[in-house]
Amino acid sequence: MDFNEKNKLNLGLLPKTPTGILGLDDITGGGLPKGRPTLICGGTGSGKTLMSLEFIVNGATKYDEPGVFMAFEEKAEELIMNVASLGFDLAALVESKKVSLDYVYIDPNAIEETGQYDLEGVFIRLGYAIDQIGAKRVVLDTVENLFSDLTNETTIRAELRRLFQWLKEKGVTAIITGEKGDKLLTRRGLEEYVSDCVIFLDHRIINKISTRLLRIVKYRGSTHGTNEYPFLIDSDGISVLPITSLNMDNVASSERISTGITGLDSMLGGQGFFRGSSILISGTAGTGKTNIAATFASSICDKGEKCIYFSFEESANQLIRNMTSIGLDLQKHIDADLLEIITSRPTMFGLEMHLVDMHKKISEIKPKAVIIDPITNLVTVGSVNDVKAMLIRLIDFLQKEQITVLFTALTINNSVTEQTYEVISSLVDAWLLVRDIEFNGERNRGVCVMKSRGMKHSNQIREFIITDDGLDLVEVYLGSDGVLTGSAREAQILKELTGDVLKGYQKTRKDREISRKKQILDATILTLKAKFESAEEELNRTYTEELLTRDIQEKNRKEITHIRGSSPKKNNEDNEPNIET
Amino acid sequence: MKEVVKKIESPNNFVLRLFVAGASANSARAISNIKSVCELYLKDRYNLEIIDVYQQPLIAKEEQLIALPLLIKKNPLPGSRLVGDMSDLKKVLKGLGINEDI
Repeated sequence: MDFNEKNKLNLGLLPKTPTGILGLDDITGGGLPKGRPTLICGGTGSGKTLMSLEFIVNGATKYDEPGVFMAFEEKAEELIMNVASLGFDLAALVESKKVSLDYVYIDPNAIEETGQYDLEGVFIRLGYAIDQIGAKRVVLDTVENLFSDLTNETTIRAELRRLFQWLKEKGVTAIITGEKGDKLLTRRGLEEYVSDCVIFLDHRIINKISTRLLRIVKYRGSTHGTNEYPFLIDSDGISVLPITSLNMDNVASSERISTGITGLDSMLGGQGFFRGSSILISGTAGTGKTNIAATFASSICDKGEKCIYFSFEESANQLIRNMTSIGLDLQKHIDADLLEIITSRPTMFGLEMHLVDMHKKISEIKPKAVIIDPITNLVTVGSVNDVKAMLIRLIDFLQKEQITVLFTALTINNSVTEQTYEVISSLVDAWLLVRDIEFNGERNRGVCVMKSRGMKHSNQIREFIITDDGLDLVEVYLGSDGVLTGSAREAQILKELTGDVLKGYQKTRKDREISRKKQILDATILTLKAKFESAEEELNRTYTEELLTRDIQEKNRKEITHIRGSSPKKNNEDNEPNIET
Repeated sequence: MKEVVKKIESPNNFVLRLFVAGASANSARAISNIKSVCELYLKDRYNLEIIDVYQQPLIAKEEQLIALPLLIKKNPLPGSRLVGDMSDLKKVLKGLGINEDI
């Protein structure tokens, strides 16, 4: 935290005593002013006693600083019993001289004031207790009760002033608690005397839901958080939630994690979400948001990583049962200590409380992914703006821890939603919208990626189907009638299949036609060839005949010429045809 | 600074313990005032023990001491507790249950 760095600078100026209370030391920059009294004031049941008691117990157990707890309201035995439920073994600490409990009681009815007096009795008791155990810490729980027990207010005021001065001189770090007053911080204006540090505790009911808040009214000589911080009292004591977005230097991982649904991964650049990113899944009722969330949780656990599922709608058992219907076995992940389903009613406590609670659980379990299902139920506790403020803080914290978070959001009406959840959607890194597609007398689910920072993502609406074996995405059909889903899509597939068969048939027919044509052509070629051959033969024959005829005629002519002019002796020699070339 | 005046124990005997804080002005006044009251109203039938709490700090817790000086009447019953320097005689007598007219 930013405060810790400032604290280092402050240490030289103002030494501090750590309270050991989760978060409080962050806000105060290290704890309460060392060796000075601090006033914790607040209404009835605001947690004053508990906070101061935790200060003492932590001092004794964590910081080796024994403490004295002087109670003006509750008996020592009552105190021991009250804090036993928080896991503090006060009796053992008293036994080992780490803590001294002193119950101061006056019965105002059985006392007569006969003149001037002082509170030396308190000084002696306190001084003795401090010296006995070497106390470094002192708590005076509702010292104002003295005012109701004794009547001389002037004396008490003077004595209290002296007491606080005396505590300073003793060098003990003291907490004085005081009941909230009408105009003043405390009924008797104790803040006048304790001027170093004043912490105000409030217990506010907004919309019938109570929220505990802590504010540092004053801290002399030190910087401190000035806001009202919600705090929680549970089985581990007090935890204050100081998370506010101070800086935006969170690490950005480029590691990708699968959504657990192959089709969805392919819509998100083929690899799924970024690690440490925040994802919003919004959709109307029954669109399968929880199914997507649970599938994602299961896929995280499959990888052997831890996951927390905050369910504000369904109980853990209900969720496990419902998910078996889509073939998701969450129980095995729970048995393997990987999955934690935390269910609480949104109205159980205020928004801030939910945040503190989640913060605590996350810090405790250290998961890799967190699912909040659905965040819209939290709106019943606070306004949309409150929810946004809470989510900013939660996302901030989760990003710092590199935890992937998936929110689901129920939307009432498709068109309005996209408006209402703009506030939330601007915070998240990826936004998936699951929507109903009503067509052809059916209701089907379509999923689209509204945004996904830093990755290539599909612009398509895919049909999202829930099967016995989990979730799957299929391409929707965009035809002349619009988007086709469900049975219309099936019909379209069949139609196309029919078309394919027909086309296939047509194709084979055409093929045969071609081969037939080829056969005919081949036959024709053969015929023509034969024709040519016969023609050629004919021509050759004619040619030879002509040649022979000519030879014979030539011969005959020569013969005749011979007979007429030359001697008959040479007849034998010239008898043979003589073809001149 | 412990002064014990022993008298015979009887139901009417007053058993008083005065707790004071050292030699403060309040303590000194309280001691002298209660002594004179005892001498005046309870002569020979009282038992006054004066305890300096500084000397016995443990007793402060045991006796639920807060405001000092404190006078505790142990006997006769009912017991009562009186704080202050015992300068208001009427209240002292009322606290001790002594009838002024005696």
